[in-house]
Amino acid sequence: MSLLSVSHVTKRFGGLVAINDASLVVEAGSITGLIGPNGAGKTTLFAVVSGFEAPTEGTIRFEERDITAVPTHVRARDGIARTFQIVQPFAGLSVADNIAVGAHLRHAGRADALAVAHDVARRVGLDRDLHKPAASLTVAGRKRLELARALATGPKLLLLDEVLAGLNPSEIRDIVPVIRAIRDDGVTILMIEHVMQAVMNLCERVYVLAQGRIIAEGEPRQVCEDQAVIEAYLGKGAAARLSSRAAGGAHV
Amino acid sequence: MTGRALLPILLAAILIGAIPLFVTANTVLNFLVFTLIIALAAQGWNILGGYGGQFSFGHAAFFGTGAYAAAILQTRFGINAWAAFCLGIAAGAAIGWIIGYLSFRSGLRGSYFALVTLAFAEVFRILANASAVTGGAAGLLVKLDVRPENFQFSSRAVFVWIALALVVAVLVLTAWIERSRFGAQLVAVRENEGAARALGVDALRVKLLAIALSGGVTAAAGALYVQYFLYIDATIAYGTWISVEALLAPIIGGAGTVLGPLVGAVTLHGLGEITKTLAGRVPGIDLVAFGALLIVAVAFAPDGIIGLARRLRARIGRGGGA
Ligand SMILES: Nc1ncnc2c1ncn2[C@@H]1O[C@H](COP(=O)(O)OP(=O)(O)O)[C@@H](O)[C@H]1O
Ligand SMILES: [Mg+2]
Repeated sequence: MSLLSVSHVTKRFGGLVAINDASLVVEAGSITGLIGPNGAGKTTLFAVVSGFEAPTEGTIRFEERDITAVPTHVRARDGIARTFQIVQPFAGLSVADNIAVGAHLRHAGRADALAVAHDVARRVGLDRDLHKPAASLTVAGRKRLELARALATGPKLLLLDEVLAGLNPSEIRDIVPVIRAIRDDGVTILMIEHVMQAVMNLCERVYVLAQGRIIAEGEPRQVCEDQAVIEAYLGKGAAARLSSRAAGGAHV
Repeated sequence: MTGRALLPILLAAILIGAIPLFVTANTVLNFLVFTLIIALAAQGWNILGGYGGQFSFGHAAFFGTGAYAAAILQTRFGINAWAAFCLGIAAGAAIGWIIGYLSFRSGLRGSYFALVTLAFAEVFRILANASAVTGGAAGLLVKLDVRPENFQFSSRAVFVWIALALVVAVLVLTAWIERSRFGAQLVAVRENEGAARALGVDALRVKLLAIALSGGVTAAAGALYVQYFLYIDATIAYGTWISVEALLAPIIGGAGTVLGPLVGAVTLHGLGEITKTLAGRVPGIDLVAFGALLIVAVAFAPDGIIGLARRLRARIGRGGGA
């Protein structure tokens, strides 16, 4: 069953077409990737799915229901949670209180919400930092906090916008299993990611967005060998040059 | 609610409540009542501004509405003073909700929101100054009839205790807000509205609830002012002086803290009185002291006296090292 389906979505900012007739489907229980060069419109697509931006055209369906006109906070209640590429912590609050705001979505009492916050912090590896001010976290810590807050809302669908960007290889190695464990707990994931090694590792299916259009979809390995994808990343003619230079490994 | 949260409130209540038992001088009791009225108005501002991050420059709109509602209902409609007092609070909450609906719905924030609240207060002031219901420029006198059922008392001490009871009630309310889901969501909206919405916070609803509570509390201060002085006019009710007092006290004392508005009001007016006594009758000298205090606060205690105290305690707790 498809949990999320985006059909023929176009988003214009004045004259700029950020998303151009894009469609994609996220199957329940999957980890689906969304990749593409900078400025392709990936973050904008997340904004449309989470309700921060209304699409110019097209519809968003969640659990078979049209949610195109539903406001952001109601979508969160329905089970859609997102992280922000540019992290948005509640800087004046402690890590625990940051996560508790997310937990309060389904827990009215403060004690309950804090208990959930502790539990989630443990899952993403933030339990040592619970009482620190959010502003004092490192980049890696802030990325984990984005993940923790979203997870604390008890989502069905988690939209991760480059949660690995800016992390060093060992930090990435630490967090990849965390993401996989979240999915294994029953949360469906749609992730925007530039770190191809992680995409290969985690995603069952990948969509490629370039200049607002979906130009390819399929299994990660198959997509990486797609001519159109290579050209979108490396420029016109790149695919031909690469294949003429014999086999060298899939370094996109 | 935990005892740890209620202990400072209890201490403050006993400390202030005991003063009329030992001091009977009218000037001292007047000072106390007036300072508590300001503290109450400031507590209202603190709910919206301190916790919600929506800075209002026009809390006079609520103070004045509470004051006029209480006065008009008594003098023109013969409604019991206590009932009029409660209706004054309700009127302040309603005006708060309406101003909130008009400005938050259209996405006003920051200095735009501050300017709109200021504009509302000014419009109300001009209307109250011109209208017949409000007694125009001459103002409204509440008939002197000293009886408890009229919310009038011969003893100033009773007024101190009533004002204190209201301040303490709002201290408890604020402490409850701090520990509630509503409070967590309100602070989240202050810190980052977009992130709050993504986490399922209905930002408009939270802000509307905050401004209604805020308006109701500040209106209580206005209604209490009327019961104490038995007189109100447009410059007192809707004047900028009270908008400034309502925001200055929490900022000096610690915005977004339970005790901040009370501490700030006592500090401001205590200092104002001391300067007046020391400097003699130089007009406006207390305002100079206010200004100086604000500059000191902004420079050295951006999170107010309460914030400064917390930082000092944390430093001492770590072993007093520099
Ligand atoms: N709010 C906005 N107003 C105008 N242009 C925008 C806005 N948001 C994004 N864009 C533009 O849309 C395009 C896609 O941006 P974005 O979705 O952030 O790309 P990606 O996440 O794939 O790097 C960019 O050209 C960007 O400048
Ligand atoms: Mg992006």
